[in-house]
Amino acid sequence: MPESNDHFTPYPDHVLENVLENVLAFLHSRRDRNAVSLVCRSWYRAEAYTRSDVFIGNCYALSPRRVTDRFTRVRSVTIKGKPRFADFSLLPVNWGAHFTPWVSGMANAYRTLEKIHLKRMSVTDDDLAAVANSFPRFKELVLVCCDGFGTAGIAAVVSRCRGLRVLELIEDEVSDDYVDWISCFPADGPTNLESLMFDCVESPINFESLENLVARSPLLKKLGLNRFVTIGQLHRLMTRAPQLTHLGTGSFSPPEQPEQHEHHENDNNRVSDYVSAFASCKSVVCLSGFREIAPEYLPAIIPVCANLSSLNLSFANINAEQLKPVIRHCHKLRVFWALDSIGDEGLQAVAETCKDLRELRVFPIDATENGEGLVSEMGLLAISIGCRKLQSILYFCQQMTNAAVVAMSKNCPDLVVFRLCIIGRFSPDHVTGEPMDEGFGAIVKNCKKLTRLAVSGLLTDRAFSYIGQYGKLVRTLSVAFAGDSDIGLKYVLEGCTNLQKLEIRDSPFGDSGLWSGLPRFYNMRFVWMSSCRVTREGCLDVARQLPRLVVEVFRRDEEEGGEKSDFVNTLYMYRSLDGPRADAPRFVNIL
Amino acid sequence: MELINFEATELRLGLPGSTEDHRDVKSTNSPVNSNKRSSPEMDSSVSDENDPSRSPPPTKAQVVGWPPVRSYRKNILQGKKSEPERGSGIYVKVSMDGAPYLRKVDLKVYKSYGELLKGLQAMFKCIIGLYSEREGYKSEYAPTYEDKDGDWMLLGDVPWDMFLPSCKRLRIMKSSEVIELTVSAFFFGRNKTTK
Repeated sequence: MPESNDHFTPYPDHVLENVLENVLAFLHSRRDRNAVSLVCRSWYRAEAYTRSDVFIGNCYALSPRRVTDRFTRVRSVTIKGKPRFADFSLLPVNWGAHFTPWVSGMANAYRTLEKIHLKRMSVTDDDLAAVANSFPRFKELVLVCCDGFGTAGIAAVVSRCRGLRVLELIEDEVSDDYVDWISCFPADGPTNLESLMFDCVESPINFESLENLVARSPLLKKLGLNRFVTIGQLHRLMTRAPQLTHLGTGSFSPPEQPEQHEHHENDNNRVSDYVSAFASCKSVVCLSGFREIAPEYLPAIIPVCANLSSLNLSFANINAEQLKPVIRHCHKLRVFWALDSIGDEGLQAVAETCKDLRELRVFPIDATENGEGLVSEMGLLAISIGCRKLQSILYFCQQMTNAAVVAMSKNCPDLVVFRLCIIGRFSPDHVTGEPMDEGFGAIVKNCKKLTRLAVSGLLTDRAFSYIGQYGKLVRTLSVAFAGDSDIGLKYVLEGCTNLQKLEIRDSPFGDSGLWSGLPRFYNMRFVWMSSCRVTREGCLDVARQLPRLVVEVFRRDEEEGGEKSDFVNTLYMYRSLDGPRADAPRFVNIL
Repeated sequence: MELINFEATELRLGLPGSTEDHRDVKSTNSPVNSNKRSSPEMDSSVSDENDPSRSPPPTKAQVVGWPPVRSYRKNILQGKKSEPERGSGIYVKVSMDGAPYLRKVDLKVYKSYGELLKGLQAMFKCIIGLYSEREGYKSEYAPTYEDKDGDWMLLGDVPWDMFLPSCKRLRIMKSSEVIELTVSAFFFGRNKTTK
């Protein structure tokens, strides 16, 4: 392997390389960098020497050693672990994606590491302690959808990383070790904190320490509180940090029991007090939280609505009447997350005001199959008419029509992400009784920038023929309870030439469908198929034909065994430069 | 340009689904393929969409990981749905201005407003009065409640049976503050006016 830590000497070759390195320092896009590295050896070396941000889309695609050998001057590392279906309990708990080998691999190689960003990794408290001890210049820790650690690990990081600027815990599962981590920040002087987000930490927080910390963090711009912070406490924090731009508001309701230092709490339980708090936080552009909202307090946010670009009410059980007084001020809103409790009427209100909306997510309050349908095709239609610049949508509903989906495909041509979840499996168009093929077909046909698609409802192979025919830019496809036969899968694997991530569950796709993807699998990040009709023999064939593909087969219930002709419960396969992983648990068979 | 289907919210007699409006969107022919995996409920909805007496499909067994909502979201919301509970009493929170703790009462235990007020009195050891147009408040406290729409209402306007399912929580306010509540409700666009 080429030496990548040569000292500069003024020979002509090296002059050129040095010039190249200086130029490449300006190149940040990893796709561009990957292209640069393929030009020739010296460009490969120069690029490797100057890459400071490393992105690893699948932690098992290569070993930590390979990364540290190639890239020696890394400031920031991003690693993704488990496949997304792990979020829905489809992956056994001990499957893997451990951070430990990465932190130990990097501890020696990257003394100047500043930032770690992990998604769906298993991280232990020891790993966090290792981070705290190994990287003297450490500044940013972002953990998204991770598990395996607790408040003890967080305490280790905040107490030892004196230069910490960013600590963001987003949708992690954090165990309560009864450690008062917020008190573990260095006690005196101002901090460097710019972002502190702990919305997902399900344990009480020492408010006095938190208030003290916020008061001496003049650079703090983003603060995300957990649900144990009451609205009265939020008020106090806001007066300490009027410079905030991003605020996660905690519970947004008064306490059930009084806090010891809550003097005059009852007198403060008035909307008007909180209105003035929001009025003085003039820089707030992003609001979230509202974890246990007392709806009568929602109007308090009105003073900041005109400047809001992002509003996340997805934990707030509010109806349209409660939403309207607030949303009608949000002219600049670009991102809106909500519960379906706002109903079609609430969505209508959004459509009337939020003309710049780019991203909408509507989550179900009642996630059962025969639940009350609070939003429907009417809401989707209203949004498509009012929010023409929409780029990304995630929409849960109990009923839908092709007509509304077709309308959205025409009204919102900028759609990049379209994820529609009709909660009742196999639900047809509830007006015509037809499959939802035409609706999704229109989306792939008319939305020429579409890169991510999630389908649902009653779908035949025809839907997949549309996706294969028109979904040329689709990189991520999620399928559940859909299709008739292997031909459906064949359409997708042969047609979607940019497909990177394919996740399928409970669909009648079998071995011949799977084999039609053989030419593509090396170009994909992963393929997931669970409760489909692929057999062990079929998977073995794929593994034999593609030696650099890791083909994992397992059962969700962690049982072992199974015959060759049996349908495989879960197939998860991905390319790897360093062969099968050594840490696979017993129930995982690597073929 | 009306997009809201007002007829869906219209009060009228008739079975749900018996309106003709939705049928405008119907496209021609194409019956659903019969050779697919389909659940029994789906067949009935396909065969005759004009049948207003179509009964709701039977509850399906819970499928793991479906719908794809993270358990993180499911858990948190279900925690809040638990009040008021069905079948085992209607517990609502009661707050009283000036009292340091909130309490909870089971509304099912009481048969009338009078009984409820007596119970609250005992709980908070104060005199709470019902408001009357003529005499004003008989005491310095006024009982109010939050209804399903999130509006704060004075206790006693609607029949007890209508009140029971609509009450989400109770608040015993100082009579003077009832006026302020009306003003702030007006200012922030809450559309119910209290008497």
